[in-house]
Amino acid sequence: MGLKINQNLVNDNTGKALADLCPFKAISYENGKLDINAGCKLCKLCVRTGPSGVITFEEEKVELINKDDYKGVCVYADSDHGVIHKVTFELIGKAIELAAVIKHPVYALLIGDNCKENVNELLSYGVDKVFVYEDKALADFDMERYSNCFADFIENIKPSSILVGATNVGRCLAPRVAARFHTGLTADCTRLEMKENTDLVQIRPAFGGNIMAQIINPNHRPQFCTVRYKIFDAPKKVAEVKGEAEYRTVKPEWLKSNVEVVEIVEKPKELDISESDVLVAVGRGIKTAEDLEMVKELADLLGANIACTRPLVEANIFDAKHQIGLSGKTVKPKLIITLGISGAIQFVAGMKDSGCIISVNSDPNASIFDVANYGIVGDIYKVVPELIKKLKEAR
Amino acid sequence: MNIIVCIKQVPGTSNVNVDPVTGTLIRDGVASKMNPYDLNAVEMALKLVEENGGEVKVVSMGPPAALEVIREAIYMGASKGVLVSDRKFGGADVLATSYTLCSGIKALGDYDLILCGKQTTDGDTAQVGSELAEHLDIPHACYVKSIKQEGKKLEYVQNLDSKIVTARINMPCLMCVDSEINTPRLPSFLKKKENGDCQNKIQILTFNDVEDKDETHYGLKGSPTQVERIFEPDKRKDKEMITDGDLAKKTYDILKSKKFI
Repeated sequence: MGLKINQNLVNDNTGKALADLCPFKAISYENGKLDINAGCKLCKLCVRTGPSGVITFEEEKVELINKDDYKGVCVYADSDHGVIHKVTFELIGKAIELAAVIKHPVYALLIGDNCKENVNELLSYGVDKVFVYEDKALADFDMERYSNCFADFIENIKPSSILVGATNVGRCLAPRVAARFHTGLTADCTRLEMKENTDLVQIRPAFGGNIMAQIINPNHRPQFCTVRYKIFDAPKKVAEVKGEAEYRTVKPEWLKSNVEVVEIVEKPKELDISESDVLVAVGRGIKTAEDLEMVKELADLLGANIACTRPLVEANIFDAKHQIGLSGKTVKPKLIITLGISGAIQFVAGMKDSGCIISVNSDPNASIFDVANYGIVGDIYKVVPELIKKLKEAR
Repeated sequence: MNIIVCIKQVPGTSNVNVDPVTGTLIRDGVASKMNPYDLNAVEMALKLVEENGGEVKVVSMGPPAALEVIREAIYMGASKGVLVSDRKFGGADVLATSYTLCSGIKALGDYDLILCGKQTTDGDTAQVGSELAEHLDIPHACYVKSIKQEGKKLEYVQNLDSKIVTARINMPCLMCVDSEINTPRLPSFLKKKENGDCQNKIQILTFNDVEDKDETHYGLKGSPTQVERIFEPDKRKDKEMITDGDLAKKTYDILKSKKFI
């Protein structure tokens, strides 16, 4: 399996064309020789759109797994320190949709202590079966203990897909367990679909650019993915609880740990932009930190919180808690006004599902206008002060 | 304390686009740089070594051009580096990448601590560090804000979702550091002059040099996930563009009609 160069078809024309075509600069053509280096991401662009037959993709026969051995779409119930994170319910909603396509049961995996209330809550959202690992030593998140319980669940229950919330805990735990089973993990999916053959279709922004990738695990189970908070919607609670809980035995040897907790402190309540109903977001269109005054004034008039793009955090203009995007928060406010934001996919992935998007940018071709409900093509330094004036007049 | 830091070369900007006509990827020619989050990890490693003694080594996986970020780390203060580079490693997903990095780490000898950045700015997955720890069978912690040595253990402060956790962990271990925990130092001009192209300090590891020669563990073959297709993000069809007239008034009218004011 891999790319094969058919040297007999290589000439100055095809060689140069291929070297230019590769977006990762992984193809070189020098002294009549075509070469592919370690920069290759196997996007297969050279195979599909390059001169025909020069670079081909060689498939190799692999032994196929029996996908019927794996049943169930499972949601990991993120319950660090006893409280279930709301992303869990959003994932249950999606898991119910996905499982319906292949007529699989919906599972939840809960690890913790004093789990009864949490079990009932999970069942109330329509989960068919909650698998519970309960022990005093599991009250707080511990990487090794939690991954041992998780591994037992996979070995014995053999779920087909596992959805994990991309919380800080989920982002530590999911890869650790996925690696243990040498299976695939797709982080920060923004869309999930199910194929008839139980392959989970995972869609996320990729290659660090304005591109979406559709990813599958064609020959590995379970299929792991993480999804951020506020990507999907939580389902309504069911009228009648039909699911049940299965308490699994926790073996003492799973509870060994290399980590000893000294202290756990509740984080002070701080601004969480993912909970805001109205946001004013600023990007590189802001020229200096002083210009933020007008942004603050606008936000105050609209009862909004201020959010920003990654470059403004890197420039130390904002604290990271204000950042929207793949390395910041995902937001879904009723209204978001973006000011001077071009709309890089990493940003857009974190806000595109907002209720109403009004974008102001002077570049009519800015990609933010691809997701905006209302695109205002203009200078923020003119539009914002005038808008502030109008809002004040109306008071 | 011997520390290995995992670093990656990423594109200078993230402006990769799909050509709407041909469907091909267009990447502008902006130079590559070290993943900014890795700079925080390198800085933390150098500080720890300044306080406790030892040395900092770096490992990276990528094309030959990635030698540049290893040199940058050496100019910052790392003692040596390994680049794991081979076409056979290409097309690697999180699992194959973390497995391949293991080979580079083994080539660097004994270590007490492995540090990774929070995530990369091109892949944005934040998963490689955790998978690496699993392959190496060592304990790990993510979103670490500070580290200090306490005898044979390391005491760290970790940013979990609603809690700040202080804990002690046995060595050897791996930690992924949070962003904004420090200000990374600049590469030293003196070290640059001293080391030049760092030829004696950098080792390049190809497929022929790694211990495990099973090709199905690396690159595309070792990657359970496969990209089925790539496409442009959806564009909104029902959008309204406002390009002339009193833009502020029209914006105000939208806010009013939608009952936001």
